[in-house]
Order: sequence, then structure tokens, then C-alpha cells
Amino acid sequence: MQLPSGYGSHPPNYNAPSGHYSQVPNKAAASHLDNQYRSSYYPTYYSAPAQNVMTPPVGTSVLNTQESQQLYNKTPPHTGGSAEGPIQGAISSASYLHTSAQQSYSAFGNHYSTSVSSSVASQGFPLNSDHYTMPVVSSAVYPNVSYSAAAGSVYGQAFTSQSLPAVGQFKETNTFSSQSTSVPHSLQQHVPMGYNTTLSTVSSAQSVQDNLCRNLTGSVAKVNNQINAGGIDSSQPVHPVSQSVLFTKPGAGTAVSSAVISSVRTPAPSLSSQPRSSPSVTQSPELALQEAIDSSSTTSSASPVLNNYDALEGGGYPEARSVTSSPVPAPSVPQTSKASKPFGYGYPTLQPGYQNAAPPTPVQPSNSGHHPGFQHYPQQYPGVNQLSSSLGGLSLQHSQQPESLRPVNLTQDRNILPVSSVPAPVPNLNSDLRKLNCSPDSFRCTLTNIPQTQALLNKAKLPLGLLLHPFRDLTQLPVITSSTIVRCRSCRTYINPFVSFIDQRRWKCNLCYRVNDVPEEFMYNPLTRSYGEPHKRPEVQNSTVEFIASSDYMLRPPQPAVYLFVLDVSHNAVEAGYLTIVCQSLLENLDKLPGDSRTRIGFITFDSTVQFYNLQEGLSQPQMLIVSDIDDIFLPTPDSLLVNLHESKELIKDLLNALPNMFTNTRETHSALGPALQAAFKLMSPTGGRISVFQTQLPSLGAGLLHSREDPNQRSSTKVVQHLGPATDFYKKLALDCSGQQTAVDLFLLSSQYSDLASLACMSKYSAGCIYYYPSFHRSHNPAQAEKLQKDLKRYLTRKIGFEAVMRIRCTKGLSIHTFHGNFFVRSTDLLSLANVNPDAGFAVQMSIEESLTDTSLVCFQTALLYTSSKGERRIRVHTLCLPVVSSLADVYAGADVQAVVCLLANMAVDRSVSSSLSDARDALVNAVVDSLAAYMSTASNLQQSMLIAPNSLKLFPLYILALLKQKAFRTGMSTRLDDRVYAMCQMKSQPLVHLMKMIHPNLYRIDKLIDESTIHVNDRVVPQPPLQKLSAEKLTREGAFLMDCGSIFYIWIGKNCDNNFIKDVLGYPNYASVPQKMTQLPEVDALSSERTRSFISWLRDSRSLSPVLQVIKDENPAKTDFFQHLIEDRTEAAFSYYEFLLNIQQQICK
Amino acid sequence: MESVVFIFSLIDCCALIFLSVYFIITLSDLECDYINARSCCSKLNKWVVPEVIGHAVVTVLMLISLHWFIFLLNLPVATWNIYRYIMVPSGNMGVFDPTEIHNRGQLKSHMKEAMIKLGFHLLCFFMYLYSINQQSTS
Repeated sequence: MQLPSGYGSHPPNYNAPSGHYSQVPNKAAASHLDNQYRSSYYPTYYSAPAQNVMTPPVGTSVLNTQESQQLYNKTPPHTGGSAEGPIQGAISSASYLHTSAQQSYSAFGNHYSTSVSSSVASQGFPLNSDHYTMPVVSSAVYPNVSYSAAAGSVYGQAFTSQSLPAVGQFKETNTFSSQSTSVPHSLQQHVPMGYNTTLSTVSSAQSVQDNLCRNLTGSVAKVNNQINAGGIDSSQPVHPVSQSVLFTKPGAGTAVSSAVISSVRTPAPSLSSQPRSSPSVTQSPELALQEAIDSSSTTSSASPVLNNYDALEGGGYPEARSVTSSPVPAPSVPQTSKASKPFGYGYPTLQPGYQNAAPPTPVQPSNSGHHPGFQHYPQQYPGVNQLSSSLGGLSLQHSQQPESLRPVNLTQDRNILPVSSVPAPVPNLNSDLRKLNCSPDSFRCTLTNIPQTQALLNKAKLPLGLLLHPFRDLTQLPVITSSTIVRCRSCRTYINPFVSFIDQRRWKCNLCYRVNDVPEEFMYNPLTRSYGEPHKRPEVQNSTVEFIASSDYMLRPPQPAVYLFVLDVSHNAVEAGYLTIVCQSLLENLDKLPGDSRTRIGFITFDSTVQFYNLQEGLSQPQMLIVSDIDDIFLPTPDSLLVNLHESKELIKDLLNALPNMFTNTRETHSALGPALQAAFKLMSPTGGRISVFQTQLPSLGAGLLHSREDPNQRSSTKVVQHLGPATDFYKKLALDCSGQQTAVDLFLLSSQYSDLASLACMSKYSAGCIYYYPSFHRSHNPAQAEKLQKDLKRYLTRKIGFEAVMRIRCTKGLSIHTFHGNFFVRSTDLLSLANVNPDAGFAVQMSIEESLTDTSLVCFQTALLYTSSKGERRIRVHTLCLPVVSSLADVYAGADVQAVVCLLANMAVDRSVSSSLSDARDALVNAVVDSLAAYMSTASNLQQSMLIAPNSLKLFPLYILALLKQKAFRTGMSTRLDDRVYAMCQMKSQPLVHLMKMIHPNLYRIDKLIDESTIHVNDRVVPQPPLQKLSAEKLTREGAFLMDCGSIFYIWIGKNCDNNFIKDVLGYPNYASVPQKMTQLPEVDALSSERTRSFISWLRDSRSLSPVLQVIKDENPAKTDFFQHLIEDRTEAAFSYYEFLLNIQQQICK
Repeated sequence: MESVVFIFSLIDCCALIFLSVYFIITLSDLECDYINARSCCSKLNKWVVPEVIGHAVVTVLMLISLHWFIFLLNLPVATWNIYRYIMVPSGNMGVFDPTEIHNRGQLKSHMKEAMIKLGFHLLCFFMYLYSINQQSTS
């Protein structure tokens, strides 16, 4: 595909977009546009996209403040000073070290000890030979190396990260933040709060009424359940402090303060990941302040209801925003800074990995893959001008290939983990295209070099597929309002950056190669307000765009947001005490539920009967309606069960306050989940929406009842694991019915016993819902799970949601998709029906090459997600990915994306274990490594057959596969409950790549010496960057403290001889012995190490949507096994160590 | 008597041919996006049991009337039909499952199977026709 000749020669600031893409020429001044821009693009206060170092400032600081406040309140400063003193534990009792692992490696000790120049003796382990200490040495060295390389060349200009910020800047920060706090104060008064002030009175009358109500259970007993509005049982676990923090620090308010702060530091916060467009670091502070206030007033007025998501989906067109844009002009803003501001949103190609770390080999400056952005802005960066111009001449063939194809001897090279997170490989494209390409966070292909033919793909023995995260939270996104959405006439592809313009009037589709006409309107470019430049339209400049769809894209008027909660209230459920947490979270987040004035909400509870709640506006209190005829369920009053959230808010609050206590004395042990779901479906089918089901046990009554299938004696069986598939098709049918009516079912399973998740999960799998599972949940006995539920709910209730969605994945002619993974229903060959879509859902597809791709050098993939936003707008989010086609096997290996390959294999293995058997799936996983490495070794003729060689791009492949085999989903020989296993499988199918990789291979950091580590600056915080450690017990020295990041949970492991200063400063306890068993928060201690640790943890937290639970683990903690089972490089009774696994692979290859 | 057996088989075979054609048409409708997976599968699943029975009856009839060759010819297909019906996982909605049909090339394999069966039934059809002729001439 050739781009038109004029394409590359546009001025440097050609990309200055305005938020306003309407077809009519806009007469407004530039500053006006600028304001609109800020409100129309996704505003700053959205949570960080995963792995983005430069997180948008606001999500960060919201979390921060909450976190710190909670810390303060929950753990009072520890004053009791018991006898402090270093506990010199017996060194010889290094019992937790897997000595077997040591032995297996000891044969290779020579290699390592010789490779280390200065052998540092590790203090705690006299057993250790020198080679174990090598990683310690290297970890101390690497960050420095990588930093000098990265910062010295390019990044020094964009970041002030290496050196501390200037004092002057600090001062400014302070003044601005103090100024900004006045804004949240004014907002506080708008917060409709106050129910938590009346939390003390217990209404004894209420329980009596409840009993009455229970006794009157007739066929349809209509009982007034008197709910005392003021009387809330004081036994509720109220968290008054954290609550008030949540509400008095509303999103908009904090957004303001942090927006100010960050805009002082760097003029455009969001573009710090793309330093090319931030030339004006020296911008005057007044200017920055003006800008910041400007934007802050916009955002705060844009969301007076304090709904973070309001403005998110508010859209990018002036009709909705013109009122809110503040008329503060910033006339003196230089053009460059304006131009730069909107940029850098769509292409966070600079992963954290690029910025703060380099692979163990020194970074070569010529490796252009690491800073793709610079080549296009030589004018703005005279300093790097020479470098980039020389890079421009280089094709990537020279620089990338040797690195990704460099042979790695796996059995000898033990340090294969990168210092920081594993970066996604950059496709081998020319620089123009690479710059335009879709972010790897949204769209990843297992092979970034697509093989030309199926034969070549078969030879490579690697799976070809895509990993998608289409609806993920984006900080900024161009939203396009246009009366005609330009699409290919034959294949319906949306116009994208990779089409070619034959001339002014025609463009050639990059998927089907049809030549289309450019419509008249498209000739006008609202960005530059010029005519005749269709290739500079935002659609053609961005590979991720969102269109506001016209009525052509609607089958019916956009539906309102409708939420239905189906709650289990049987004895088991009341015993577990989840109702309190759910009702509490709902009460807290009732105002933050995404939606508009039409939002509707309803509640159904069930035990052996089904209870409905009449919440019709005008009633003095909620009415409970009980239907006991579960064989033929019907809706008692179809009209008043789903009510408008705003009109009936008081009734809803009353109900939520009363619900936890209404069933306290229930003796009903049965659960009629099936009938309740049927009722929910009936209730939802006119509109569609979201059903949230909370279930605590095996459904035992009515349709869809299940029987226990698990044999506890078979839990650790190595042979056959049965019952991974559903027992009945009831839930599948229900899900398909729901999907047909645009209703998704989300399942929260909080059970202590086997509940047949394999069957229950079907209701979410095929209706595009999501599944949460809390094994052995109990509110007081298992606080970690309770906290997790609380955090999950907060995210679940407030995150963005898309209704009545469909997703289509198109690819260049010759490729075809044959298998889909994820939660959805495949309605026709390439159309996925998603009743709901949420930002945490990931998808995967497998592809095959049907026709040879010899006549093309590029292939493209496009996903289009059409959905109704919670504001009732029809929108289309389009991602386009472009990849090169190669003809040699070596090139295919050079472009392999090992993380994507592993995630796709995990999805395939789940399918295999359900359709065939678990052992088949395990064999297939091992064979995937064996075959691909064997195929690689046969291509490289000069390699010795006796060694196990992998290309650098695949060096982590065996490690990840071993990690997969030790996952709960696929492990054998260790006792694994069936539900746990099935849940792990469900997660593999529905998690996006970043989350899944953390689950498969957690990150381990040593955190007791964070002060010595190199740091980066995120917003106004100093974030240390400890190197990644191998997941092996050999790394856990008893003098250290380690943090393991498993995605949804953080473990902090404290060694017995850990430095007392660390325990005192970071954990807030005087010595190791006094650290409690169940510790889930770090106190805020005024010490550098504490501050660094907390900033590191919150930096890790910011990079994901879900805030993970923290767990501190001492040696004798029962949670220790959870921690140690993640050390996947070690040997267990049932599974290989990493080294043994490699030997096993080598044997199989030689066979 | 013989001719009655073959005439019955002929009629049964006709029905099976029609059924195969119906399967092919419906599956190709799904392939071309004219109907959605749910309705396609519920349409097809209805006819799976009649097909199994229809074929099993002919096979048994041939065994009873001691036409060994035709019986042995029919046996593998009848066995496959029954096997396929029995081996449906408990959670699936039948031989054709709307959630699975677009995965792993199942649609193609179903199509292929229907084609092969059509060919087989046509072969049987002419065989029965020939046998009737033989019977009536002898």
C-alpha cells in the first residue's frame, strides 16, 4: 500500500485536532475550539490505562487520597515500642528454600559464577554458591545502564525524571494544589450525603415486621414491608471514614487539583508518554496555570453530578458541551503547545518498559523500535535531529531483526526476564505507518510479521490470532460526529489510516482493495478547516476513533441503562453476610451508576420463592411481592418493578438500607436460582440491560437445579478431571434468550462449597456478561475476600458500560477468522453479539490464511464495536491494526509476540480441556513449545543440536508455558477445587492480555531497598523501579521483603531477618514478630522508605482498572502457600522446575 | 415381500435425501448470514432424531431381510449417526449447538458431513431402485 505523495510532507503540527469534527465550518475562535476539545476528548479524570507510566493524573490522585485516608483511619499510629532489636535468626534454617531446585541447578553453577565479575556473597544463605547471587549484582547494574542509555539520548528532554525537579517547580506545585483545593470544597456541598450520619438507631420493630412478612407467604402475598427509613441496623459494617472520603473527594474535585499540578510539571500531561510533542517544557507557569484552570472549570462544570463517566460518554460535539466550556481564553498559548496537547493519547507505544528499562543487553541507540515517535519531528528536536534522520534512512530490517532473532541458549542463560515489564514487539513497518498503528494495549497479534501462506504458518508452528481489548478505558479518544461515516462499499470497512488515496476523489480499501469514492463532505477537513485534504481528516490520522452513529445504525431507539439485581437471600447467603457489602456499595455508588435521566433499576431476591420489590414512585415504602409458584413464574406487577432511578431514589435507598436485615432469621436453605433468572429475563426483555446475579450455593429448586458433581477425592487426581463442562443446557439457553433481548447476566458467585460454576458460568459466557468468584466467602471470617468484593463492586458499578453492542472483526482478503474466545454469542460468521460490553472484557480470535498473501505487503485488521452508551448514544469504536507480510520463516519468528502467543494458547487450551480432556490440553501446550522451538532450530543450521536454543523473541515462551501448566486451570497433581479450576478457565477466556499475563506470570519485586533503586517521576511522585525478579524461592532472601503483583492481589512477603527499619517504617510495627497475620494495608509513615513503597504500590495499582487487594505474608501465615505456588520456576511434588522443564523439552525435540 | 422391503427403503431413502438437502440449505443460509445461529440450530436439531431413526430402520430392515451387502454398507453411517447423537455433551443444546457452530470450523465440518450423507443416500436410492427392478423382473 502506497501513501500519496503529499502525505509525508505536511507541517509538523498538522495533527492539531480540535474536538469538534462537525461538517459545518466552525466560526468559533481557536481558543473556543481548544476548550471544546478538552471536554470532548475523554477528560483527564479517567483511570489509567494498564501499564501506562504516565498515568493520567486524576485517577491516580483519587486513589491516592482515598488510600492514604483509609490508611490513616484504619491503622492508628503504632506507639507501643516493644524491645526493638535485630532478630538474628538462625541462618541455617533456610527451610523455605527449595533445595531440590538448587541441586538441579548446581551442575550449571560454573556458567554463572564465571559470568559475574564481582561475586557478592549473599548474606543469608551459606548454601548458595556464587551463581545465585549474580542476579542481585546484575539487578543493581541494569537500571543504571538502561537509564543512561535512554535518558541520555532522548528522554532527558521530556522527563525530569532522572534528576529531582527544580525547587521552583515544587513551589509552584504547592501553590496550585492549595488553590485547587478550594474547588473541591465548593463541590462538597453538592454531595447529597447524610445517610451515614443516621446509622445508630436499631429498629426492633423492623425485625418483627420482617417475620410477619415471612409468615404471610401465600401464593401471592402482598405485604407491606415497613421499612424504617431512619433506622438502620447498627450491625452493618459501616466504614464511615472511607465513605466520607469517597464522597467528599469527588472525581471532579480531585481532577481539578491534579490537573493543575500536572500541567505545571509538563504542559500537556497526557503526552508525556510521547515526548516528541512536548517541546515547551519551559513554558511559563502562568500560562500553565491558566490552562489548567481553564480545563478544570470545564470538567467540573461538565459533571455536576459527580459521575466520572458522565463526561466520558458525554461526547465530542458542541451541542452537548457548549454550555459547559468555560470562556476563559488563552490567547497567548503558543501554537506548538496547543498542537501538542491532544496528541499522544492514542499511541502509548512507549511502554513503561521502554522508558525506564531496557532488555538485559545494552540498548543500541539505533534500535528505532524503542522510540518510534521521534522520527517525524526532527524540527522540534534539533538535538535528536541527527539521530532521527539517520534512523529515517535505516529500515528496521537492520536494527530489529538481529535483536529479536538473537539465539538464546535457554539452558544456560538464566536471566531471561527483562528488567521491567515485557514490551510488546513493534511491527516491522515503515515509520509513518508505525506511528499511526493501533496501540498494542487494544489490539495485538500473535505474529507481528504475518506469514505469506498457510504453509509457512504451519512450518512456524505458532498460532496466528488476535488479542483484543476493544472497550478498554482510554484517556483520550477522538470522537467524530459526521453525518456520513465513510465506509467501503463492498466490505463495509470503516475508513482508516491505512487506506490509500488514489487521487483527491477516490480511496482504495485496504481490506478488499475496492476503489471507493470520497464523499463530498469528507473533502472538508474540520481540523485545519481546509478543503480538499481528505487524507488529513481525523479518521485517517488515527487508528482508534469513535464515531457517533446516526439512526442508520439503530434497530430501535437507543435503550436506557437498566440494571437489575438478583440477590440470593437463602440461609446460606445471610450467613455469609454478603448482602451488607452489596447494599452498602450500591448505596455509595448509586449516583455514580452510568446512565442518564432514563436509568432504571430493580431488585429481585430469591430463596425457595422469588420476591419482587415494588418501588413505584409515590409509595411511602418499598413493597415486597412474593411469588411462590416457581414452576410457572410470572411478574406480579410488570410496570413497577423496574423503576426510574432518579424518581424513586428515596425508595431505593430505603430498600437497600433494609435489605441486609430483612432476612436475618430466615430458615430457608433452598435456592431457586432458575426461576429467579426466568423472572429477571421476563422483566428485562422489553428493554435489555444488565442483570447482576449474586448466588451463594448450588441451585436446588425449580428449573435449572443442579447436583453436586465434584468428588473431593479426585481433586488432586493426575489423570482425568471431569465435569469441566456444563451439566445442563438451561443456563446456556437462558443466556441465549437474554442475548437475543440485549440483556447480559453477570454472575457473582460467593460460595463456600461446590456450586457447579461450570454450569452457572454459561449464563454469563453466552450473554456477554462477566463472572466473579469468591471462594469461601465470609464477611467476617474471610476479610480479604470481603475487601475484594467491595473493591470489585465499586469498579463494577461505576465503570463504563455499553449496551446492545455488536462487534465485527474484519481482516484483509485472504485471512479468515475461524474461532472466537471470550464472553459473547457469535451470531453469524464474523458478528459477535454483546448484550453488554465492559472495559474489562478481552477477546481473542484465531485466524487462518485461506489465500496466499503474496500480492500484498501489508495486512490490516479492523474491529468495529457498535454500542449504545449509557447516555443513550449510538457509538462505533473502531480500531485498525496494520502488519507487514513476510515470506521467510526467520522473519516470522522475529515478529513473534510471546505474550500474545501464550494468551492465545491459554484460550485454546481451555477449549481443548472442555471438549477433550485436561491432559490433552496440557500435552498440547507442551507440544506448542516443543514444535515451535524444534522448527526454529531446524531453520538455523549453524546451531548445535545438543543445546536448547530459542530466538530472543521467544525466549520467555517455555517459561510462560510452564507457568500456564502450573495455573489452577491446568495443573494436575495438586489439590484443586473444581470451581477454582473452572473459574481460572473462565478468566483465561475473558480477561484482556495485560491482566491475563499478570495472572499467568506474576511480577516479583524486592522492595526493602527501594531507596537505592532508580526512579521515575509520575505526576508529582517519585516512583522507584525495582527490577523484576525470577519467580523462584532462591530469590527470596530472609533479609528481604518482596512484593508479588498477581494482577488482582498483591502479596508482600517479609523475610524473617528483614531489616527492622523497613518493618518499622513501612509496616508500622517495631519488629518482625509483632507484624500481625492478617494485614491488608500499609500505614502512612513519614519515612522515605514508606513513601517510596507506597508510591510504588499505588503506581502499580494505577496501571489497572481494578484496585488489587494487598496481603502481607509472614513465614507462618496460612496464605503462604498461595504465595509460594506462584513461584513457578521452582519444583513442586507434581510439577517440573523450570530447568527440568527445559531439559524435558530438549529431550522431546531430540526425539 | 422383497419388493415391499425395497419400496419402503426407497421411500425412506427419499425422505433422508430431502433431509440432507434441507440440512445443506440451512447450513449454507447460516454461512451466508441469512439466518442466525440460534434459529438455524433449533431448526436442525429438530430433525436429528428423525434422521437417526429413519436410517436405523432401513439398516435393521436390511438385516432382517438378510441383505448383507446393503446392511454392511448402511451400518457405518447408522453407527456414526447414533454415536454423534449420544456423544453430545450434557451442556450442549443438541448436535448443532449455536454457541459452538462458528468455532473451530464446525460449520464446515457439518456441511461436509451433510454433503457426504447426501451422496450416500443418493447411492442407496439407486441401489434400492435397481433392486426393485431386479425383483420385479425376476
